[in-house]
Amino acid sequence: MTIGSLPPRYRISIDPVRCMECERCIENCSYGVFRRDGERILVNSRNCTACHRCIACCPRDAISLEEQPCDYRSHPLWTREAREAIYNQARTGKIILAGMGNALDYPIIFDRLVLDACQVTNPSLDPLREPIELRTHIGKKPAKLDLRRRENGDVELLTPIAPNLRVETPIMIGHMSYGAISLNAQVAMARAAKEAGTFMGTGEGGLHSAIYPYQDRMIVQVASGRFGVNIDYLERGAAIEIKIGQGAKPGIGGHLPGEKVCEEVSRTRMIPQGSDAISPAPHHDIYSIEDLAQLVRALKEATEWKKPVFVKIAAVHNASAIAAGIARSPADAVVIDGFRGGTGAAPRVFRDHVGIPIEAAVASVDAKLRDQGIRNEISVIASGGIRGSADVAKAIALGADAVYIGTAALVAMGCRVCGNCYRGLCPWGIATQRPDLVERLNPDVASEQVANLIHAWTLELAELLGAAGINSIESLRGNRDRLRGYMLDESLMQVLDVRQVGA
Amino acid sequence: MAKQVAIDGNGVHYTPLNQQIRKAVADGADEIVISNVLGQRFIGDGLRGNITIHIHGVPGGDLAIFMSGPTIIVHGNAEHAPGNTMDAGKVVIHGNAGDAVAHSMRGGKVFVRGDIGYRGGIHMKQYEDRCPILVIGGTAQAYLGEYMAGGLLLVLGLHGPIKTREIGSGIHGGEIIIRGDVDDACLATGATKVPLTDEDRARIAPVIREFAGDFGLDPEPLINVEYTRIIPASARPFVGKYTWE
Amino acid sequence: MAMCGIIGVMDRKRRTMDGSGIRQALSMMNERGSGEGAGYVAYGVYPDYRDCYALHVFFDNIRENKIIVDAALEQWGTIEHDEAIPTYDQPNLRSVHTPWRYFFKPDPSLAPASTSPEDDIVSALVMRINTARRGALIFSSGKNVGVFKAGGWPEDVADFYRIEDYEGYTWLAHNRYPTNTPGWWGGAHPFNLLGWSVVHNGEITSYGTNRRYIESLGYICTMYTDTEVVAYLIDLLVRRHDLDLDLAVRALAPPFWEEIDRMPEAKQEWNRALRLTYAPAMMNGPFAIVAADADTMVGFTDRSKLRPMVVGECADRLYISSEEAAIRAMEPKVESITMPAAGEPVIGRVAP
Repeated sequence: MTIGSLPPRYRISIDPVRCMECERCIENCSYGVFRRDGERILVNSRNCTACHRCIACCPRDAISLEEQPCDYRSHPLWTREAREAIYNQARTGKIILAGMGNALDYPIIFDRLVLDACQVTNPSLDPLREPIELRTHIGKKPAKLDLRRRENGDVELLTPIAPNLRVETPIMIGHMSYGAISLNAQVAMARAAKEAGTFMGTGEGGLHSAIYPYQDRMIVQVASGRFGVNIDYLERGAAIEIKIGQGAKPGIGGHLPGEKVCEEVSRTRMIPQGSDAISPAPHHDIYSIEDLAQLVRALKEATEWKKPVFVKIAAVHNASAIAAGIARSPADAVVIDGFRGGTGAAPRVFRDHVGIPIEAAVASVDAKLRDQGIRNEISVIASGGIRGSADVAKAIALGADAVYIGTAALVAMGCRVCGNCYRGLCPWGIATQRPDLVERLNPDVASEQVANLIHAWTLELAELLGAAGINSIESLRGNRDRLRGYMLDESLMQVLDVRQVGA
Repeated sequence: MAKQVAIDGNGVHYTPLNQQIRKAVADGADEIVISNVLGQRFIGDGLRGNITIHIHGVPGGDLAIFMSGPTIIVHGNAEHAPGNTMDAGKVVIHGNAGDAVAHSMRGGKVFVRGDIGYRGGIHMKQYEDRCPILVIGGTAQAYLGEYMAGGLLLVLGLHGPIKTREIGSGIHGGEIIIRGDVDDACLATGATKVPLTDEDRARIAPVIREFAGDFGLDPEPLINVEYTRIIPASARPFVGKYTWE
Repeated sequence: MAMCGIIGVMDRKRRTMDGSGIRQALSMMNERGSGEGAGYVAYGVYPDYRDCYALHVFFDNIRENKIIVDAALEQWGTIEHDEAIPTYDQPNLRSVHTPWRYFFKPDPSLAPASTSPEDDIVSALVMRINTARRGALIFSSGKNVGVFKAGGWPEDVADFYRIEDYEGYTWLAHNRYPTNTPGWWGGAHPFNLLGWSVVHNGEITSYGTNRRYIESLGYICTMYTDTEVVAYLIDLLVRRHDLDLDLAVRALAPPFWEEIDRMPEAKQEWNRALRLTYAPAMMNGPFAIVAADADTMVGFTDRSKLRPMVVGECADRLYISSEEAAIRAMEPKVESITMPAAGEPVIGRVAP
């Protein structure tokens, strides 16, 4: 024996007094932790992913879960994760695949920024009695307007206005493809987007016919694999998004393993059943910024210039210059996906080490676009690690027009962020295509929960704006004066263009 | 009687040009002849319908991108990526074409009489009854059929043997068939050579005949000659690359 | 800014008034101030130099700082005349700057690409000199207009400059209760750039957004206070973007979406376009603003009407103020007093 067994990550135990042997845990655990042996339910904790499905299903609260019951000798450098990665790769010689967002303990900038409120010198506003406007328009805006007065006094608009998406709250749902997630999950979120007056991304998985009823709320994605992309798809969407990169894995493509390419996924992505769906790292018709402009124009030309076209990039070191280049194309919005963005599957080394936080990326993109005098002409959507309305408000104050949420919407449907999405066994029916598991997610209930979440955040945003004496979201946008940095270093505060608390 | 519409492309930007094309299609034209085309991109972008468009001149990049149905015949060369993400229909080019010809094409045919540039047929893919076909009369440059996920890519080598490098880099579906022998050193990782069977030959014969017909060539000398068939070593090239966290 | 009192008066026939009336009116609102800043602007004060840009400068130190301004101006045009602005010591006003005035003619051939070369040269000089922070601050830069301001109570500031010695057909005045930059003379109102001057009561909660927007278009905020952006926004919308004044005001204090949604189609379209295009120019928070240029005076409040504004009319004279009492102090026989609706501009124009 060289490496031998590693300490189990979790320990599941069943309180024999409380357990009534109903076997719900056995039925619900898709990872095979529980089995019956005669009069007892036996547990194999090594299979546990801490997805909490058993705990959620147990009618008697008989199950308890302990994280890292037996730890390694503690060491600040040689953490458990570092050691286990080595054992894993020593055994396999392979790239480690991981799920969900960045799992390293970087400081969270959002949590070191605080918002402002009014006292005396101006009144805070009460959203109950004062209108607080959250309506946001995503799309290209002119630099200036040409308004002419007719002889009868009417005003005539001479500047053409490009189509914009009208979002009733600056919270949109990001791109999670059918294939990576189940159809029930996608339908639930699409319904919630419609209900909340917002929009949602298809991801690079095509548009399943079950989503057609919500197509005017869908942003259809065109990624490097061009899966599911044809003229019909482009015309159905409310807007089109070119995906260049993803915060969880900047610089690399993606692939949906053949196991997840079931009949329906195959039809929607327009690829053979059971084959890997490989999205190359770059778009092979985009090797330079002018090629991107060309694809933006190709998509606009295909849809007769009626649809806004977004471009999504991962937040990398040079994100601001890239965004400025995108802004000079006919693109209507740039989406910046920070390094905390979620994913169904990404190499761990990318998920944890490549890219920059969304807070710094948005701040620098907003600043760069202002330097060039074109900030208001293009919309900026921030994504990657938005956990609550405060993050939304801070992202907007740092310069975003709106945010995409991803993981938060999944959590609203029951996801426990166990991070095993790539295994296709999601017991919550979210990141799986196994029919019996997908069935567990009721789209009616799930859509209501997602809509509730967006509604609740929207209410909180209105309260935060009101307290800051602002009655319309555009007056928060890029308003760094209403943020202060708490325990942030000087150079980072310069990037964020915020002052320290007390200043 | 076939309804023909003539458009003078001289100095017309691609948006009004495509608008004229769409209008002609909507008005029930069967054939459109566009003269004096020079560099206009996106001709036939997202176009549907059962129509034939003749282009005289050199169209710009992304000819027939997202196109679904029509036939476009180019009497001249084409720039990069004709047939990009094309769904159905046909593009016939009586000259050469640039890089990334038939990029991500999912259905329909692209026939190029002359040579093409790099990355021809990159990420072509097929599903259900849709199978894209790219035929090159002359030769192609490196990374032919890169990431190919489906469809047929046929190189006839009318001007001599093919010396393309890195053929089928990352191929995981479909087939690349090249006239004559291909040196193993020209194959990229993931691609493998197999003999052309009689069934294969029977399958490609009608494609060769159609190609020859479009360009006024005699097909017969192209049918019963030596071909090399290149296919993916695996439909799952990434299996085995990863371990779970 | 927190409380503050503001007043503006315009004579539509360009008949001039001396500064004693507005001095009196402003001091009626001393409850609104804190004795830390007051100021006046008068249009028509320099008829002898009507074709020159009148640049009012605060020098920290004449010997050290003036040569820099002289050199910059001479590089871009001709100084027709310059002199100290006459001041008279007041016991309650500590003179921290030396106010100076230049009558300056820029050389339009030096900005050949511009459609308004003279304005552009002067505005660029103002931005450059003020950002350099070399002990010189240009706080007034229009033709035939002058700003007179300082730290102190309105009467003391008026007497410091002997405001009654000036004759103008439009006057704005402001009594300051500062929260941002107490005591600093540059922070006192009115704020001026080229033709436009602004007095403001309230606090602009969108300042951070407005400032970043206006700075991205070449303006530089140097006064550490929110009102400054209003002058620049008006300059941008009216001079550079050529919008009618009422439309410019509508961009700054637009109707709510609910109101826009109820408008007829065509009106909805341009109102929506105005909000989209000028979203970062929209001013939020409580404010009442009176602004003026050589031909116009405009008063408007925030769209929720969180600050007071009263309008008075008497023959050819239009008054806009925070308080009726201030108007009546200037014009006891005022004929009508009204309160305009939120966001709706009150515009007066002088006869051509």
